[in-house]
Amino acid sequence: MIAALTSLTILGVVLGLILGVAARVFRVEGNKLAEEVLGILPGSQCGQCGFPGCAGAAQALAEGRAPVTLCPPGGRAVVLALAAKLGKDADMADVKESVPMIAEVKEEICIGCTRCFKVCPTDAIMGAAQQIHSVFREACTACGKCEEVCPTESIKLQPIPVTLQSWYWHKPLATGSAA
Amino acid sequence: MSEYLLLLLSTALVNNVVLVKFLGLCPFMGISKKMDTALSMGLATTFVITFTTAGAWLLEHWLLMPLGIQYLRILTYILAIAAVVQFTEMVIRKVAPALYQVLGIYLPLITTNCAVLGLPLLNVQEKSGFAVSLMVGFGSSVGFTLVLVLFAGLRERIALATVSATFAGAPIAFITAGLLALAFMGFAGLVPH
Amino acid sequence: MKLFNLRGGVHPEGRKDLSADIPVRVLPLPKLLFVPLQQHIGAPATPVVNVGDHVLKGQLIAAAQGTVSSAIHAPTSGVIVGLGDHAAPHPSGLPVPTITLESDGNDAWITTETVTDPFALSAEDIAARVAAAGIVGLGGATFPAALKLNLSRNSGVQTLIMNGGECEPYLTCDDRIMRERALEIVEGIRLIALAVAAKEVLVGIEDNKPEAIAAMQSAVKGSEVKVVAMPSMYPMGSEKQIIQVLTGKEIPAGGRPADIGVLVHNVATAFAVQQAIRYSRPLLSRIVTVSGGAIKAACNVEALVGTPVQELIDFAGGYSQPAARLVLGGPMMGQQFSNTNVPVVKGTSGVLALTSQEIGQAEASPCIRCSTCVRACPVGLLPLEMAAHIRISNLAGAVTLGLKDCISCGSCSYVCPAHIPLVHYFNYAKGDLATQERAKLKQEATKKLAEARNERIARIERERAEAAAKRKAARAAKEAAAAAAKAEVV
Repeated sequence: MIAALTSLTILGVVLGLILGVAARVFRVEGNKLAEEVLGILPGSQCGQCGFPGCAGAAQALAEGRAPVTLCPPGGRAVVLALAAKLGKDADMADVKESVPMIAEVKEEICIGCTRCFKVCPTDAIMGAAQQIHSVFREACTACGKCEEVCPTESIKLQPIPVTLQSWYWHKPLATGSAA
Repeated sequence: MSEYLLLLLSTALVNNVVLVKFLGLCPFMGISKKMDTALSMGLATTFVITFTTAGAWLLEHWLLMPLGIQYLRILTYILAIAAVVQFTEMVIRKVAPALYQVLGIYLPLITTNCAVLGLPLLNVQEKSGFAVSLMVGFGSSVGFTLVLVLFAGLRERIALATVSATFAGAPIAFITAGLLALAFMGFAGLVPH
Repeated sequence: MKLFNLRGGVHPEGRKDLSADIPVRVLPLPKLLFVPLQQHIGAPATPVVNVGDHVLKGQLIAAAQGTVSSAIHAPTSGVIVGLGDHAAPHPSGLPVPTITLESDGNDAWITTETVTDPFALSAEDIAARVAAAGIVGLGGATFPAALKLNLSRNSGVQTLIMNGGECEPYLTCDDRIMRERALEIVEGIRLIALAVAAKEVLVGIEDNKPEAIAAMQSAVKGSEVKVVAMPSMYPMGSEKQIIQVLTGKEIPAGGRPADIGVLVHNVATAFAVQQAIRYSRPLLSRIVTVSGGAIKAACNVEALVGTPVQELIDFAGGYSQPAARLVLGGPMMGQQFSNTNVPVVKGTSGVLALTSQEIGQAEASPCIRCSTCVRACPVGLLPLEMAAHIRISNLAGAVTLGLKDCISCGSCSYVCPAHIPLVHYFNYAKGDLATQERAKLKQEATKKLAEARNERIARIERERAEAAAKRKAARAAKEAAAAAAKAEVV
């Protein structure tokens, strides 16, 4: 009885010591995965995912607390990149914004209040006080911050119009085909 | 030397731990959707099994037997296994954080993988020597890795096929596993009668 | 000459006899011409005319913009009546920026100079004139010809290959132009060879065009140009395939012909080059095959760029029976369209009206893994595997299997006994990948912008804080000085 108790206690203590040392040696400085995930996210800190900024979202993703489909401005490309990094199945059905969007100013009702371009995280809106503002399409991530602050509802997210350059054949319908 | 090679072959193929002895089926179904994660899981398990078979032999012959407390065998083995798994987890977390994320719950669950506990117990039952125990552990885990990767490859192919709704998902995977087990029965023919 | 073997390929019924033996006729001048600003690969041209301007035939109406672009000229004399959107000759039928020209019926040219000895021109001069004439590859790819000349001259050309393959069924426009304008073509070929300092010049023509081969052979007599008859097979007229069959060299994956010292041009492009260099005539018209089972009198017409397709169909006698599908280009790789008001552009080689019997469309059935598509693929890919990966949305898997090397020739779809729309899968996947690629580039750019903005805001705040601290320090110093002065006074 005594032998059993002491031997097991000693065994436990020895193994515990080894693990303790190993934990020191292999300690992970910060969260490497979170950093890598942060590199994938758009970095516009728009907060649409419900986390305070992209760093918070990256942390949540790395800990598996958030779905890979959390980032609306990132679109499908980010979902796929995140799914590949985290080894998850990307469920495209969860991507709310299937149509890529972009902010557009309705020039008739823009009063030139400058509120929208002050909140734009990517400097995608150009304008000055009392001047009609306009959006640089290349820089807009459709985060929707401008839409929230606009007093006249003049700036709104619209689907990006399809052009000859962006058009492509739809996916063939798999009607009975098992290609 | 040839005896050890034969041992390796026999444990990896003829008496395959998963498909013939039906041990360790949990990760076999759980981590077999992608080949590369299956390989990583297999390697992690190989590491754990090889170390625990060796550790278990040492514990058995240097601790349990001299003190006559073999009734504590399972307890001590689990203790050793848990320690090795914990260690593996730390290493993987440090070296490959993405893999750590992918393996998820299955990594700590190596502890409860019945192959890991089963092999040292079988070794005791067979009264094997240290080298043989080690070889059995290593060979079996190589066999585990092999079928895990094979099965993941099959499942990658199944993902491309149109499976009827009744069988889609897990059912077809189980059927495939069964067929793979049947195929492994063929290795029994390697043993001369 | 020794020809090299080719992998894969199919042998669709030619149906070229519908239009091959009728001489090219010039289409009567249409009333309205719709000239799109983008008829080439690269950036669209910028208009240099305004609505209401009167222009002469051959006058520049839109200038090339950037390196990869091409100039556009007025196809006839008349008045610019619109700068706006018009349906594109494209399966989407989306509106694209287009210059609308109302012809005045005079077809009056700008003053053009005739060069008596074009072979005295320098290579750079030839390329510059080709660029000014707005010539693009007339085989269908519409890559700006001058750019190709310049790039090839810089990288060095061993072999210049002139593509007279015309492997697409129905199409006979290159056949006709070789039969009727062989001398001009050969002069154009020699000018291109001069512009790129080619050491060897080959004209590859499929052996189902014996008259064209004979005409070209007599025209090349006494020059360094060699005419080679190639076996008839689809896709012999594809750049990669014609290079392989004539030189035995294979373009590395993702590479260009220039990587292996080869330059390929279409024979019709050579004619356009000759016209541009000798007569300073820009590219204003092209020969278009109007054919198909639903067309009453199939023929080849020389149509001005911008002519509505309906005019060509009317010229060919209209429909003899309902057309099940309208196609621009060949039946294998052409673009289907529905709006016959779309214009002929520089890359339009054919206008086909096909009957339902000809398109032979059938419901797709499951893949039986017969691998007929693998044998047909001229690039050596596994179409069935790629399509299976695309079907489950695993585009990365398809790319690993070589999706990016697919030339979309349609051989796989043509031979598939299960009627699986294989090439449709590949075109979808390529489009989807391109979209993802664009999204990624945009995201990288916006990320930089976001970082720059965050930095700027932090800097402004820091500066503000520093300024405030400075003011505070100054005020404190002042107060201290005042206090000291006060103390002194006291």
